[in-house]
Amino acid sequence: MKHSMKIVFLAAALVPALSHAHKAWLLPSATVLAPDQWITVDAAVSNDLFYFNHVPLRLDSLTVLAPDGSKLEAQNPSTGKYRSTFDVHLNQPGTYKLAILNRGVFATYQQNGADKRWRGSAERLAEIPKDAKNLQVSESIGRIETFVTAGEPTDKAFQPANTGLELVPVTHPNDLYAGEAAKFRLLLDGKPATNLDVVIVPGGTRYRDQQNEMSFKADTHGEITVTWPDPGMYWLEATLQDEKTTLPQAKRRRASYVATFEVLPQ
Amino acid sequence: MRSLLSIAVLLILTGQSWGKELTVSVEIPRLNVAEYHRPYIAIWIEHADQRVARHLAVWYQTDPKKEDGREWLKDMRQWWRRGGRSLQMPVDGITGATRPVGTHTLTFKEDSKQLEALAPGKYNLVVEAAREVGGRELLRVPFEWPANQQTRASAKGTSELGTVSLAIAP
Repeated sequence: MKHSMKIVFLAAALVPALSHAHKAWLLPSATVLAPDQWITVDAAVSNDLFYFNHVPLRLDSLTVLAPDGSKLEAQNPSTGKYRSTFDVHLNQPGTYKLAILNRGVFATYQQNGADKRWRGSAERLAEIPKDAKNLQVSESIGRIETFVTAGEPTDKAFQPANTGLELVPVTHPNDLYAGEAAKFRLLLDGKPATNLDVVIVPGGTRYRDQQNEMSFKADTHGEITVTWPDPGMYWLEATLQDEKTTLPQAKRRRASYVATFEVLPQ
Repeated sequence: MRSLLSIAVLLILTGQSWGKELTVSVEIPRLNVAEYHRPYIAIWIEHADQRVARHLAVWYQTDPKKEDGREWLKDMRQWWRRGGRSLQMPVDGITGATRPVGTHTLTFKEDSKQLEALAPGKYNLVVEAAREVGGRELLRVPFEWPANQQTRASAKGTSELGTVSLAIAP
């Protein structure tokens, strides 16, 4: 009995970990533009950055935040075999935040002696059978974001929701240049994510042998400072697990944050 | 008429004029390429810390019969970053149409819109060129404003720009 409990718990820990194996990303066609232009954005999950060759990223929970803080409708959304795409008309000058917020609930249990897994939302928890044994519930909150600026950069779109992991730029995310340092603050439930491990991987992994991953640990202000080695697109990720759940049934929470940044040449 | 014109040019080039002035000349080189478009060019004065002190000129596609040329202003990425992105284009007296191959000379008097109340100090003249389906190049020419005597300085480009020079008349 004790042994099987252990296995169940391991499985519960493993489900989010497996989904972690791939990289999710939003890739905008441009990040620095003149006002009143359009962008198109690819959204995918893959091992290679930034190549859509595995599965598309679903757009169900996509939010496009305009410079004035209002929500815009993504235009021409479509989901194909390997990627989703959508367009945004940048009809206001300033900085836009494109964000996918994924909230999920995972459960493992035994029914009639068989191990079962369940994946859904908090609203659908009742789907889990009443006779489930050794029920283990965990929840997840994950963000996948990128930033785009038409004309002069603004920062109204950075307002944090104070739930899960978030990034608040200190250096503007559309003002990044090779050879220069940029500072970002990471928040967990609105407070500095002290000691958080953050990794940054440059795009173009298909054409080199190593990931060239850069690792950071957020300081007491939740801040990291990255000096960009080269121009290009970069992928940032931070994840953590804790017990600060919002669902009474859940014992563990997994929080993640992913963002794509463009670094320009000098 | 012609001799009068060359005297005028000579006056500008030698700085034999009345009052302090800055003369900038920018050479757009002839390029042997299959598809040529005139370059976008931004000319500005920057402080030592690269903040824009003054915008001098911006040449871009302004023809209303063509596509809105403002879309590609950001390709002059240093200028865009340092201040271009906060300008409302067009800017009277600063922006204009793209220019053909050749050397283009601009003269700014100390009381001109561009130089008015420019604090004495060390600056760079910056010229940035970006060409559709072509390259990009940026040149800096350091100078001190104002000058006690006739001053000249220049820089030479290797791809999108020829010689960029400045002359300051005391």
